Amino acid sequence: MSQLHIKEGIARALFVAAAGISILAVALICVFLFANGVPAIAEIGLPEFLFGTTWRPANDIYGIFPMIVGSIYVTAGAIVVGVPTGLLCAIFLSRFASGKVAAFLKPGVELLAGIPSVVYGFFGLVIIVPFIRDTMPGRGLSLLAAAVLLGIMILPTIITVAQSALDAVPKKYYEGALALGADHERSVFRVVVPAAVSGIMAGIVLGVGRAIGETMAVIMVAGNQPIIPESIFAGVRTMTANIVLEMGYAADLHRGALVATGVVLFVFILLITMLFNVIKKRGELK
Amino acid sequence: MPNATLERTASAGHAPATYMPHAQGQAADRRMKEKAPADAPAKMGVRGLDLYYKDFQALKGINLEFPKNQVTALIGPSGCGKSTLLKSLNRMNDLVEGCRVEGEITLDGEDAYRSIDVNSLRRRVGMVFQQPNPFPMSVYDNVAFGPRTHGIKNRADLDEIVEQSLRDAAIWDEMKDRLKKNALGFSGGQQQRLCIARALAVRPEVLLMDEATSALDPISTAKIEDLVGELKSKYTVIMVTHNMLQALRVSDKTAFFLLGEMVEAGATDDIFTAPVDPRTADYVAGRFG
Repeated sequence: MSQLHIKEGIARALFVAAAGISILAVALICVFLFANGVPAIAEIGLPEFLFGTTWRPANDIYGIFPMIVGSIYVTAGAIVVGVPTGLLCAIFLSRFASGKVAAFLKPGVELLAGIPSVVYGFFGLVIIVPFIRDTMPGRGLSLLAAAVLLGIMILPTIITVAQSALDAVPKKYYEGALALGADHERSVFRVVVPAAVSGIMAGIVLGVGRAIGETMAVIMVAGNQPIIPESIFAGVRTMTANIVLEMGYAADLHRGALVATGVVLFVFILLITMLFNVIKKRGELK
Repeated sequence: MPNATLERTASAGHAPATYMPHAQGQAADRRMKEKAPADAPAKMGVRGLDLYYKDFQALKGINLEFPKNQVTALIGPSGCGKSTLLKSLNRMNDLVEGCRVEGEITLDGEDAYRSIDVNSLRRRVGMVFQQPNPFPMSVYDNVAFGPRTHGIKNRADLDEIVEQSLRDAAIWDEMKDRLKKNALGFSGGQQQRLCIARALAVRPEVLLMDEATSALDPISTAKIEDLVGELKSKYTVIMVTHNMLQALRVSDKTAFFLLGEMVEAGATDDIFTAPVDPRTADYVAGRFG
Protein backbone atom coordinates (compact mmCIF):
# COMPACT_ATOMS: atom_id res chain seq x y z
CA MET A 1 0.00 0.00 0.00
CA SER A 2 2.60 2.52 1.08
CA GLN A 3 4.93 1.33 -1.66
CA LEU A 4 2.22 2.17 -4.16
CA HIS A 5 1.91 5.58 -2.59
CA ILE A 6 5.63 6.24 -2.95
CA LYS A 7 5.53 5.12 -6.58
CA GLU A 8 2.59 7.39 -7.28
CA GLY A 9 4.33 10.25 -5.52
CA ILE A 10 7.49 9.84 -7.60
CA ALA A 11 5.49 9.62 -10.84
CA ARG A 12 3.56 12.70 -9.90
CA ALA A 13 6.71 14.64 -9.10
CA LEU A 14 8.17 13.67 -12.48
CA PHE A 15 5.10 14.87 -14.34
CA VAL A 16 5.02 18.13 -12.41
CA ALA A 17 8.71 18.68 -13.10
CA ALA A 18 8.24 18.00 -16.83
CA ALA A 19 5.29 20.37 -17.04
CA GLY A 20 7.16 22.91 -14.91
CA ILE A 21 10.15 23.03 -17.25
CA SER A 22 8.12 24.26 -20.22
CA ILE A 23 6.30 26.82 -18.11
CA LEU A 24 9.59 27.90 -16.58
CA ALA A 25 11.11 28.31 -20.04
CA VAL A 26 8.28 30.62 -21.14
CA ALA A 27 8.52 32.58 -17.90
CA LEU A 28 12.30 32.98 -18.16
CA ILE A 29 12.06 34.13 -21.78
CA CYS A 30 9.45 36.69 -20.75
CA VAL A 31 11.59 37.94 -17.87
CA PHE A 32 14.72 38.14 -20.03
CA LEU A 33 12.96 39.90 -22.90
CA PHE A 34 11.18 42.47 -20.80
CA ALA A 35 14.08 43.05 -18.37
CA ASN A 36 16.44 43.80 -21.26
CA GLY A 37 14.00 45.31 -23.70
CA VAL A 38 11.85 47.60 -21.61
CA PRO A 39 14.70 49.83 -20.30
CA ALA A 40 15.90 50.31 -23.87
CA ILE A 41 12.40 51.27 -24.99
CA ALA A 42 12.19 53.67 -22.05
CA GLU A 43 15.48 55.27 -23.02
CA ILE A 44 14.55 55.61 -26.71
CA GLY A 45 10.95 56.56 -25.96
CA LEU A 46 8.04 54.27 -26.90
CA PRO A 47 6.59 56.40 -29.75
CA GLU A 48 10.02 57.05 -31.24
CA PHE A 49 10.86 53.36 -31.01
CA LEU A 50 7.63 51.98 -32.48
CA PHE A 51 6.87 54.68 -35.05
CA GLY A 52 10.31 56.06 -35.87
CA THR A 53 11.06 55.41 -39.52
CA THR A 54 14.84 55.67 -39.25
CA TRP A 55 17.04 52.86 -38.00
CA ARG A 56 20.63 54.13 -37.71
CA PRO A 57 22.41 52.49 -34.77
CA ALA A 58 25.63 54.40 -35.54
CA ASN A 59 23.78 57.63 -34.67
CA ASP A 60 21.78 56.04 -31.86
CA ILE A 61 18.52 56.38 -33.82
CA TYR A 62 16.35 53.37 -33.28
CA GLY A 63 12.98 53.47 -35.07
CA ILE A 64 11.69 49.99 -35.88
CA PHE A 65 8.61 51.06 -37.84
CA PRO A 66 10.10 49.89 -41.18
CA MET A 67 10.71 46.46 -39.66
CA ILE A 68 7.20 46.22 -38.20
CA VAL A 69 5.77 47.15 -41.58
CA GLY A 70 8.20 44.75 -43.23
CA SER A 71 7.08 41.85 -41.06
CA ILE A 72 3.44 42.66 -41.72
CA TYR A 73 3.95 43.00 -45.49
CA VAL A 74 5.94 39.80 -45.78
CA THR A 75 3.40 37.89 -43.69
CA ALA A 76 0.48 39.30 -45.65
CA GLY A 77 2.22 38.31 -48.88
CA ALA A 78 2.77 34.82 -47.52
CA ILE A 79 -0.96 34.62 -46.73
CA VAL A 80 -1.85 35.68 -50.27
CA VAL A 81 0.43 33.01 -51.71
CA GLY A 82 0.05 30.25 -49.15
CA VAL A 83 -3.56 30.30 -47.98
CA PRO A 84 -5.40 29.66 -51.26
CA THR A 85 -2.82 27.09 -52.32
CA GLY A 86 -2.80 25.33 -48.98
CA LEU A 87 -6.55 25.37 -48.61
CA LEU A 88 -7.21 23.96 -52.06
CA CYS A 89 -4.54 21.34 -51.49
CA ALA A 90 -6.17 20.34 -48.19
CA ILE A 91 -9.59 20.11 -49.85
CA PHE A 92 -8.09 18.03 -52.62
CA LEU A 93 -6.35 15.67 -50.19
CA SER A 94 -9.42 15.33 -48.00
CA ARG A 95 -12.20 15.02 -50.56
CA PHE A 96 -10.93 14.53 -54.09
CA ALA A 97 -7.67 12.57 -54.12
CA SER A 98 -7.91 8.82 -54.64
CA GLY A 99 -6.23 6.60 -52.08
CA LYS A 100 -3.11 6.20 -54.21
CA VAL A 101 -2.66 9.90 -54.93
CA ALA A 102 -3.21 10.81 -51.28
CA ALA A 103 -0.74 8.13 -50.19
CA PHE A 104 1.84 9.81 -52.40
CA LEU A 105 0.97 13.45 -51.65
CA LYS A 106 0.59 13.27 -47.90
CA PRO A 107 4.19 12.21 -47.14
CA GLY A 108 5.27 14.88 -49.62
CA VAL A 109 3.50 17.55 -47.62
CA GLU A 110 4.97 16.16 -44.40
CA LEU A 111 8.42 16.27 -45.94
CA LEU A 112 7.85 19.91 -46.84
CA ALA A 113 7.35 20.58 -43.12
CA GLY A 114 10.63 18.91 -42.25
CA ILE A 115 12.93 20.83 -44.61
CA PRO A 116 15.22 23.16 -42.62
CA SER A 117 14.53 26.82 -43.23
CA VAL A 118 18.07 27.50 -44.42
CA VAL A 119 17.44 25.04 -47.25
CA TYR A 120 14.28 26.94 -48.14
CA GLY A 121 16.34 30.11 -48.09
CA PHE A 122 18.90 28.59 -50.41
CA PHE A 123 16.12 27.45 -52.76
CA GLY A 124 14.76 31.00 -52.73
CA LEU A 125 18.18 32.46 -53.40
CA VAL A 126 19.00 30.27 -56.40
CA ILE A 127 15.52 29.87 -57.93
CA ILE A 128 13.04 32.55 -56.86
CA VAL A 129 15.38 35.56 -56.61
CA PRO A 130 17.02 35.06 -60.06
CA PHE A 131 13.60 34.48 -61.58
CA ILE A 132 12.28 37.76 -60.19
CA ARG A 133 15.48 39.60 -61.16
CA ASP A 134 15.17 38.37 -64.74
CA THR A 135 11.45 38.92 -65.27
CA MET A 136 10.57 41.89 -63.08
CA PRO A 137 12.04 45.21 -61.99
CA GLY A 138 14.44 45.41 -59.07
CA ARG A 139 17.35 43.23 -57.99
CA GLY A 140 15.30 40.17 -57.11
CA LEU A 141 16.06 40.32 -53.39
CA SER A 142 12.64 41.62 -52.52
CA LEU A 143 9.42 41.60 -50.58
CA LEU A 144 7.94 39.48 -53.36
CA ALA A 145 10.64 36.83 -53.06
CA ALA A 146 10.20 36.65 -49.30
CA ALA A 147 6.42 36.44 -49.60
CA VAL A 148 6.53 33.63 -52.16
CA LEU A 149 9.07 31.69 -50.18
CA LEU A 150 7.21 32.11 -46.90
CA GLY A 151 3.96 31.22 -48.67
CA ILE A 152 5.55 27.89 -49.59
CA MET A 153 6.94 27.42 -46.10
CA ILE A 154 3.58 27.81 -44.38
CA LEU A 155 1.88 25.35 -46.75
CA PRO A 156 2.44 22.24 -44.63
CA THR A 157 1.01 23.93 -41.52
CA ILE A 158 -2.11 25.09 -43.33
CA ILE A 159 -2.57 21.86 -45.26
CA THR A 160 -2.19 19.57 -42.25
CA VAL A 161 -4.47 21.54 -39.92
CA ALA A 162 -7.10 22.30 -42.57
CA GLN A 163 -7.11 18.73 -43.79
CA SER A 164 -7.72 17.31 -40.34
CA ALA A 165 -10.54 19.83 -39.89
CA LEU A 166 -12.06 18.74 -43.20
CA ASP A 167 -11.64 15.05 -42.38
CA ALA A 168 -13.44 15.64 -39.09
CA VAL A 169 -16.60 17.01 -40.75
CA PRO A 170 -19.31 14.40 -40.10
CA LYS A 171 -20.23 12.31 -43.11
CA LYS A 172 -23.89 13.12 -42.58
CA TYR A 173 -23.45 16.68 -43.90
CA TYR A 174 -21.91 15.47 -47.13
CA GLU A 175 -24.56 12.78 -47.55
CA GLY A 176 -27.32 15.25 -46.77
CA ALA A 177 -26.12 17.51 -49.57
CA LEU A 178 -25.82 14.65 -52.04
CA ALA A 179 -29.33 13.47 -51.16
CA LEU A 180 -30.63 16.87 -52.25
CA GLY A 181 -29.19 16.33 -55.70
CA ALA A 182 -26.01 18.37 -55.23
CA ASP A 183 -22.96 17.01 -57.01
CA HIS A 184 -19.69 16.19 -55.29
CA GLU A 185 -18.06 19.61 -55.89
CA ARG A 186 -21.01 21.56 -54.59
CA SER A 187 -21.44 19.33 -51.57
CA VAL A 188 -17.77 19.77 -50.70
CA PHE A 189 -17.45 23.50 -51.31
CA ARG A 190 -20.83 24.63 -50.00
CA VAL A 191 -21.36 22.27 -47.08
CA VAL A 192 -18.19 20.44 -46.00
CA VAL A 193 -15.78 23.39 -46.27
CA PRO A 194 -18.06 25.86 -44.43
CA ALA A 195 -18.56 23.22 -41.72
CA ALA A 196 -14.79 23.05 -41.25
CA VAL A 197 -14.22 26.80 -41.34
CA SER A 198 -13.07 27.23 -37.74
CA GLY A 199 -10.47 24.49 -38.11
CA ILE A 200 -9.33 25.99 -41.39
CA MET A 201 -9.00 29.41 -39.77
CA ALA A 202 -6.95 27.84 -36.98
CA GLY A 203 -4.59 26.42 -39.60
CA ILE A 204 -4.25 29.81 -41.26
CA VAL A 205 -3.50 31.54 -37.97
CA LEU A 206 -0.86 28.94 -37.12
CA GLY A 207 0.64 29.49 -40.56
CA VAL A 208 0.71 33.24 -39.95
CA GLY A 209 2.47 32.63 -36.65
CA ARG A 210 5.09 30.59 -38.44
CA ALA A 211 5.49 33.22 -41.18
CA ILE A 212 5.99 36.15 -38.81
CA GLY A 213 8.58 34.27 -36.77
CA GLU A 214 10.56 32.87 -39.70
CA THR A 215 14.06 34.31 -39.90
CA MET A 216 16.74 32.49 -41.82
CA ALA A 217 14.94 31.97 -45.13
CA VAL A 218 13.70 35.55 -45.13
CA ILE A 219 17.14 37.02 -44.52
CA MET A 220 18.50 35.14 -47.50
CA VAL A 221 16.00 36.54 -50.03
CA ALA A 222 14.54 39.78 -48.67
CA GLY A 223 17.37 42.27 -49.25
CA ASN A 224 17.12 43.51 -45.64
CA GLN A 225 17.19 47.27 -46.17
CA PRO A 226 15.77 48.89 -43.01
CA ILE A 227 13.39 51.13 -44.94
CA ILE A 228 9.71 50.88 -45.71
CA PRO A 229 9.49 49.17 -49.12
CA GLU A 230 7.98 51.24 -51.91
CA SER A 231 6.92 48.29 -54.03
CA ILE A 232 6.81 44.52 -53.84
CA PHE A 233 10.03 44.48 -55.83
CA ALA A 234 11.91 46.51 -53.22
CA GLY A 235 13.98 44.99 -50.44
CA VAL A 236 12.50 44.67 -46.99
CA ARG A 237 13.73 43.90 -43.49
CA THR A 238 11.61 42.02 -40.97
CA MET A 239 11.85 42.27 -37.19
CA THR A 240 13.40 38.81 -36.98
CA ALA A 241 15.99 39.69 -39.62
CA ASN A 242 16.79 42.92 -37.80
CA ILE A 243 17.70 41.01 -34.63
CA VAL A 244 19.78 38.33 -36.30
CA LEU A 245 21.69 40.64 -38.62
CA GLU A 246 22.94 43.00 -35.92
CA MET A 247 22.99 41.00 -32.69
CA GLY A 248 26.52 39.72 -33.36
CA TYR A 249 28.18 43.11 -32.95
CA ALA A 250 25.61 45.17 -31.04
CA ALA A 251 26.36 46.62 -27.62
CA ASP A 252 24.72 48.87 -25.04
CA LEU A 253 21.59 50.69 -26.27
CA HIS A 254 21.86 49.11 -29.73
CA ARG A 255 21.72 45.69 -28.10
CA GLY A 256 18.82 46.80 -25.93
CA ALA A 257 16.95 48.07 -28.99
CA LEU A 258 17.35 44.67 -30.67
CA VAL A 259 16.00 42.88 -27.60
CA ALA A 260 13.15 45.37 -27.59
CA THR A 261 12.44 44.39 -31.20
CA GLY A 262 12.10 40.89 -29.80
CA VAL A 263 9.58 42.22 -27.27
CA VAL A 264 7.45 43.65 -30.08
CA LEU A 265 7.70 40.37 -31.98
CA PHE A 266 6.72 38.52 -28.82
CA VAL A 267 3.61 40.70 -28.45
CA PHE A 268 2.68 39.97 -32.07
CA ILE A 269 2.99 36.21 -31.52
CA LEU A 270 1.02 36.53 -28.28
CA LEU A 271 -1.84 38.24 -30.15
CA ILE A 272 -1.81 35.56 -32.85
CA THR A 273 -1.89 32.79 -30.25
CA MET A 274 -4.80 34.47 -28.51
CA LEU A 275 -6.63 34.79 -31.82
CA PHE A 276 -5.97 31.10 -32.44
CA ASN A 277 -7.47 30.18 -29.07
CA VAL A 278 -10.53 32.35 -29.64
CA ILE A 279 -11.16 30.72 -33.01
CA LYS A 280 -10.67 27.26 -31.54
CA LYS A 281 -13.11 27.96 -28.74
CA ARG A 282 -15.69 29.37 -31.11
CA GLY A 283 -15.38 26.21 -33.19
CA GLU A 284 -15.97 24.03 -30.12
CA LEU A 285 -19.05 26.00 -29.13
CA LYS A 286 -20.65 25.17 -32.47
CA MET B 1 -46.55 -16.36 -57.99
CA PRO B 2 -43.40 -15.88 -60.04
CA ASN B 3 -41.19 -15.53 -57.01
CA ALA B 4 -40.83 -16.93 -53.57
CA THR B 5 -41.87 -13.54 -52.26
CA LEU B 6 -45.52 -12.84 -52.03
CA GLU B 7 -46.56 -9.54 -53.49
CA ARG B 8 -50.26 -9.22 -52.91
CA THR B 9 -52.14 -6.45 -54.53
CA ALA B 10 -54.17 -4.62 -51.99
CA SER B 11 -57.37 -5.23 -53.89
CA ALA B 12 -56.96 -8.97 -53.41
CA GLY B 13 -57.48 -8.48 -49.70
CA HIS B 14 -60.32 -6.50 -48.29
CA ALA B 15 -60.80 -3.22 -50.09
CA PRO B 16 -59.19 -0.40 -48.06
CA ALA B 17 -61.58 2.02 -49.77
CA THR B 18 -64.29 0.80 -47.42
CA TYR B 19 -62.08 1.32 -44.39
CA MET B 20 -63.86 3.44 -41.79
CA PRO B 21 -61.38 6.02 -40.58
CA HIS B 22 -63.14 6.92 -37.36
CA ALA B 23 -64.58 3.55 -36.50
CA GLN B 24 -61.70 2.06 -34.57
CA GLY B 25 -59.81 3.00 -31.41
CA GLN B 26 -59.38 6.73 -31.97
CA ALA B 27 -57.48 7.35 -28.79
CA ALA B 28 -54.70 5.07 -29.93
CA ASP B 29 -54.91 6.09 -33.52
CA ARG B 30 -53.75 9.70 -33.53
CA ARG B 31 -53.76 10.03 -37.25
CA MET B 32 -56.73 10.07 -39.51
CA LYS B 33 -56.26 7.01 -41.59
CA GLU B 34 -57.62 7.92 -44.94
CA LYS B 35 -56.58 5.30 -47.35
CA ALA B 36 -55.52 6.12 -50.85
CA PRO B 37 -57.16 4.14 -53.63
CA ALA B 38 -56.01 0.58 -53.47
CA ASP B 39 -55.14 0.35 -57.12
CA ALA B 40 -52.88 3.41 -57.11
CA PRO B 41 -50.31 3.21 -59.91
CA ALA B 42 -46.72 2.46 -58.96
CA LYS B 43 -44.48 5.51 -58.60
CA MET B 44 -41.36 3.47 -58.12
CA GLY B 45 -40.76 -0.19 -58.74
CA VAL B 46 -38.06 -2.72 -57.99
CA ARG B 47 -37.71 -5.84 -60.11
CA GLY B 48 -35.36 -8.74 -59.55
CA LEU B 49 -33.06 -6.62 -57.41
CA ASP B 50 -29.90 -8.28 -56.17
CA LEU B 51 -27.53 -6.12 -54.17
CA TYR B 52 -24.05 -7.12 -53.09
CA TYR B 53 -21.58 -5.56 -50.68
CA LYS B 54 -18.43 -7.11 -52.15
CA ASP B 55 -19.14 -10.85 -51.71
CA PHE B 56 -22.02 -10.48 -49.32
CA GLN B 57 -25.46 -10.50 -50.89
CA ALA B 58 -27.56 -8.00 -48.94
CA LEU B 59 -30.71 -8.17 -51.07
CA LYS B 60 -31.96 -11.22 -52.88
CA GLY B 61 -34.35 -11.04 -55.80
CA ILE B 62 -36.56 -8.22 -54.52
CA ASN B 63 -39.77 -7.43 -56.41
CA LEU B 64 -41.79 -4.58 -54.99
CA GLU B 65 -43.88 -1.65 -56.13
CA PHE B 66 -44.36 1.64 -54.34
CA PRO B 67 -47.83 3.03 -55.08
CA LYS B 68 -48.13 6.69 -55.90
CA ASN B 69 -49.35 9.01 -53.11
CA GLN B 70 -49.23 6.26 -50.57
CA VAL B 71 -46.97 5.49 -47.65
CA THR B 72 -45.06 2.25 -47.97
CA ALA B 73 -43.34 0.93 -44.86
CA LEU B 74 -40.37 -1.42 -44.98
CA ILE B 75 -40.13 -3.46 -41.79
CA GLY B 76 -37.95 -6.26 -40.50
CA PRO B 77 -35.25 -6.98 -37.93
CA SER B 78 -31.84 -5.26 -38.03
CA GLY B 79 -29.68 -6.33 -40.93
CA CYS B 80 -32.58 -7.57 -43.02
CA GLY B 81 -31.78 -5.23 -45.90
CA LYS B 82 -34.61 -2.74 -45.56
CA SER B 83 -32.34 0.30 -45.24
CA THR B 84 -30.16 -1.04 -48.04
CA LEU B 85 -33.20 -1.21 -50.30
CA LEU B 86 -34.21 2.32 -49.34
CA LYS B 87 -30.73 3.68 -50.09
CA SER B 88 -30.64 1.95 -53.45
CA LEU B 89 -33.77 3.87 -54.48
CA ASN B 90 -31.86 7.19 -54.59
CA ARG B 91 -28.46 5.62 -55.21
CA MET B 92 -26.99 6.62 -51.87
CA ASN B 93 -25.52 3.12 -51.94
CA ASP B 94 -23.14 4.40 -54.60
CA LEU B 95 -21.11 5.84 -51.72
CA VAL B 96 -20.55 2.40 -50.22
CA GLU B 97 -17.39 0.87 -51.59
CA GLY B 98 -17.88 -2.50 -53.21
CA CYS B 99 -21.63 -2.10 -53.56
CA ARG B 100 -23.04 -3.69 -56.70
CA VAL B 101 -26.65 -3.53 -57.85
CA GLU B 102 -28.27 -5.95 -60.30
CA GLY B 103 -31.86 -5.90 -61.45
CA GLU B 104 -34.05 -2.95 -62.17
CA ILE B 105 -35.26 0.06 -60.23
CA THR B 106 -37.72 2.34 -61.96
CA LEU B 107 -39.09 5.80 -61.34
CA ASP B 108 -42.22 6.50 -63.38
CA GLY B 109 -41.23 3.56 -65.53
CA GLU B 110 -37.78 4.97 -66.29
CA ASP B 111 -34.67 3.06 -65.31
CA ALA B 112 -33.37 4.94 -62.26
CA TYR B 113 -29.79 3.72 -62.70
CA ARG B 114 -29.32 3.98 -66.44
CA SER B 115 -31.77 6.51 -67.86
CA ILE B 116 -31.75 9.14 -65.11
CA ASP B 117 -28.73 11.21 -64.11
CA VAL B 118 -27.85 10.49 -60.48
CA ASN B 119 -28.23 14.10 -59.33
CA SER B 120 -31.65 14.52 -60.88
CA LEU B 121 -32.67 11.14 -59.46
CA ARG B 122 -31.74 12.40 -55.99
CA ARG B 123 -33.61 15.62 -56.60
CA ARG B 124 -36.73 13.68 -57.56
CA VAL B 125 -36.30 11.10 -54.80
CA GLY B 126 -35.58 13.01 -51.59
CA MET B 127 -34.29 11.48 -48.38
CA VAL B 128 -34.61 12.07 -44.66
CA PHE B 129 -31.93 10.35 -42.60
CA GLN B 130 -32.05 8.49 -39.32
CA GLN B 131 -30.01 11.13 -37.51
CA PRO B 132 -31.24 14.68 -38.11
CA ASN B 133 -28.48 16.21 -40.25
CA PRO B 134 -29.17 19.90 -40.79
CA PHE B 135 -26.10 21.68 -42.16
CA PRO B 136 -24.27 23.89 -39.65
CA MET B 137 -25.75 27.06 -41.15
CA SER B 138 -28.92 29.08 -40.76
CA VAL B 139 -32.42 27.63 -41.05
CA TYR B 140 -32.98 29.66 -44.21
CA ASP B 141 -29.75 28.53 -45.85
CA ASN B 142 -30.53 24.93 -44.99
CA VAL B 143 -33.87 24.98 -46.74
CA ALA B 144 -32.58 27.11 -49.61
CA PHE B 145 -29.60 24.85 -50.25
CA GLY B 146 -31.48 22.47 -52.52
CA PRO B 147 -33.25 25.11 -54.64
CA ARG B 148 -29.98 27.06 -54.95
CA THR B 149 -28.26 23.88 -56.07
CA HIS B 150 -30.82 23.53 -58.82
CA GLY B 151 -30.32 27.06 -60.04
CA ILE B 152 -32.87 29.21 -58.23
CA LYS B 153 -31.13 32.49 -57.35
CA ASN B 154 -33.95 35.02 -57.13
CA ARG B 155 -34.39 36.07 -53.52
CA ALA B 156 -38.18 36.39 -53.70
CA ASP B 157 -38.53 32.92 -55.23
CA LEU B 158 -36.26 31.47 -52.55
CA ASP B 159 -38.21 33.24 -49.80
CA GLU B 160 -41.39 31.70 -51.10
CA ILE B 161 -39.93 28.19 -51.40
CA VAL B 162 -38.44 28.38 -47.90
CA GLU B 163 -41.75 29.46 -46.39
CA GLN B 164 -43.78 26.88 -48.29
CA SER B 165 -41.37 24.07 -47.44
CA LEU B 166 -41.34 24.99 -43.76
CA ARG B 167 -45.12 25.16 -43.79
CA ASP B 168 -45.34 21.76 -45.50
CA ALA B 169 -43.08 20.33 -42.82
CA ALA B 170 -45.34 21.88 -40.15
CA ILE B 171 -42.52 23.88 -38.62
CA TRP B 172 -43.06 27.36 -40.08
CA ASP B 173 -44.64 28.73 -36.93
CA GLU B 174 -41.70 27.60 -34.81
CA MET B 175 -39.04 28.82 -37.23
CA LYS B 176 -40.42 31.91 -38.93
CA ASP B 177 -38.84 34.33 -36.47
CA ARG B 178 -35.60 32.38 -36.32
CA LEU B 179 -34.74 31.86 -39.96
CA LYS B 180 -31.30 33.42 -39.44
CA LYS B 181 -30.49 31.22 -36.43
CA ASN B 182 -28.05 28.33 -36.75
CA ALA B 183 -30.02 25.16 -37.37
CA LEU B 184 -27.92 23.21 -34.88
CA GLY B 185 -29.42 25.24 -32.03
CA PHE B 186 -32.80 23.54 -32.34
CA SER B 187 -34.06 20.36 -30.69
CA GLY B 188 -33.69 16.99 -32.38
CA GLY B 189 -37.35 16.89 -33.37
CA GLN B 190 -37.23 20.39 -34.83
CA GLN B 191 -34.02 19.56 -36.66
CA GLN B 192 -35.62 16.49 -38.19
CA ARG B 193 -38.65 18.43 -39.39
CA LEU B 194 -36.26 21.06 -40.75
CA CYS B 195 -34.56 18.26 -42.67
CA ILE B 196 -37.93 17.22 -44.04
CA ALA B 197 -38.54 20.83 -45.10
CA ARG B 198 -35.09 20.88 -46.71
CA ALA B 199 -35.92 17.71 -48.62
CA LEU B 200 -39.30 19.11 -49.71
CA ALA B 201 -37.73 22.35 -50.93
CA VAL B 202 -36.42 20.69 -54.09
CA ARG B 203 -39.99 19.55 -54.89
CA PRO B 204 -39.25 15.84 -54.90
CA GLU B 205 -41.74 13.27 -56.14
CA VAL B 206 -40.76 10.56 -53.69
CA LEU B 207 -39.65 11.00 -50.08
CA LEU B 208 -37.51 8.30 -48.48
CA MET B 209 -37.43 8.22 -44.70
CA ASP B 210 -34.77 6.03 -43.10
CA GLU B 211 -35.97 5.42 -39.54
CA ALA B 212 -36.50 9.15 -39.40
CA THR B 213 -38.02 9.09 -35.92
CA SER B 214 -35.79 6.55 -34.19
CA ALA B 215 -33.57 9.25 -32.63
CA LEU B 216 -36.51 11.34 -31.44
CA ASP B 217 -38.73 11.59 -28.40
CA PRO B 218 -42.37 10.37 -28.53
CA ILE B 219 -43.89 13.83 -29.01
CA SER B 220 -41.59 14.69 -31.92
CA THR B 221 -42.25 11.24 -33.34
CA ALA B 222 -46.00 11.82 -33.22
CA LYS B 223 -45.57 15.15 -34.99
CA ILE B 224 -43.58 13.58 -37.78
CA GLU B 225 -46.03 10.70 -38.12
CA ASP B 226 -48.87 13.22 -38.47
CA LEU B 227 -46.81 15.05 -41.02
CA VAL B 228 -46.20 11.93 -43.10
CA GLY B 229 -49.95 11.38 -43.20
CA GLU B 230 -50.36 14.82 -44.71
CA LEU B 231 -47.40 14.61 -47.05
CA LYS B 232 -48.71 11.65 -48.96
CA SER B 233 -51.29 13.79 -50.71
CA LYS B 234 -48.41 15.42 -52.59
CA TYR B 235 -45.63 12.87 -52.37
CA THR B 236 -45.03 9.17 -52.49
CA VAL B 237 -43.50 8.22 -49.17
CA ILE B 238 -41.32 5.18 -48.52
CA MET B 239 -40.21 4.68 -44.94
CA VAL B 240 -38.01 2.25 -43.11
CA THR B 241 -39.05 1.72 -39.53
CA HIS B 242 -38.11 -0.48 -36.62
CA ASN B 243 -41.32 0.40 -34.95
CA MET B 244 -44.12 -1.89 -36.08
CA LEU B 245 -46.80 0.24 -34.49
CA GLN B 246 -45.52 3.15 -36.51
CA ALA B 247 -45.85 1.14 -39.72
CA LEU B 248 -49.38 0.23 -38.68
CA ARG B 249 -50.27 3.83 -37.83
CA VAL B 250 -48.76 5.54 -40.81
CA SER B 251 -48.47 3.27 -43.81
CA ASP B 252 -50.83 2.04 -46.48
CA LYS B 253 -48.59 -0.71 -47.71
CA THR B 254 -46.06 -2.75 -45.77
CA ALA B 255 -43.23 -4.99 -46.92
CA PHE B 256 -41.59 -7.39 -44.49
CA PHE B 257 -37.92 -8.26 -44.95
CA LEU B 258 -35.84 -11.02 -43.44
CA LEU B 259 -32.17 -11.80 -44.12
CA GLY B 260 -32.08 -9.95 -47.42
CA GLU B 261 -35.30 -11.43 -48.76
CA MET B 262 -38.68 -9.84 -48.97
CA VAL B 263 -40.96 -12.28 -47.21
CA GLU B 264 -44.26 -10.61 -47.86
CA ALA B 265 -45.77 -7.34 -49.02
CA GLY B 266 -49.29 -6.06 -49.13
CA ALA B 267 -51.80 -3.68 -47.65
CA THR B 268 -50.68 -2.76 -44.16
CA ASP B 269 -53.86 -3.98 -42.52
CA ASP B 270 -53.49 -7.37 -44.20
CA ILE B 271 -49.87 -7.73 -43.19
CA PHE B 272 -50.71 -7.02 -39.56
CA THR B 273 -54.01 -8.85 -39.29
CA ALA B 274 -53.82 -11.67 -41.80
CA PRO B 275 -50.23 -12.35 -42.86
CA VAL B 276 -49.75 -15.24 -45.26
CA ASP B 277 -46.25 -16.27 -44.27
CA PRO B 278 -45.78 -17.65 -40.74
CA ARG B 279 -42.52 -15.67 -40.40
CA THR B 280 -44.42 -12.44 -40.96
CA ALA B 281 -46.99 -13.53 -38.43
CA ASP B 282 -44.26 -14.23 -35.87
CA TYR B 283 -42.56 -10.91 -36.50
CA VAL B 284 -45.62 -8.67 -36.35
CA ALA B 285 -46.75 -10.55 -33.26
CA GLY B 286 -43.43 -9.55 -31.68
CA ARG B 287 -42.12 -13.09 -31.34
CA PHE B 288 -38.71 -12.12 -32.72
CA GLY B 289 -36.87 -9.08 -33.96
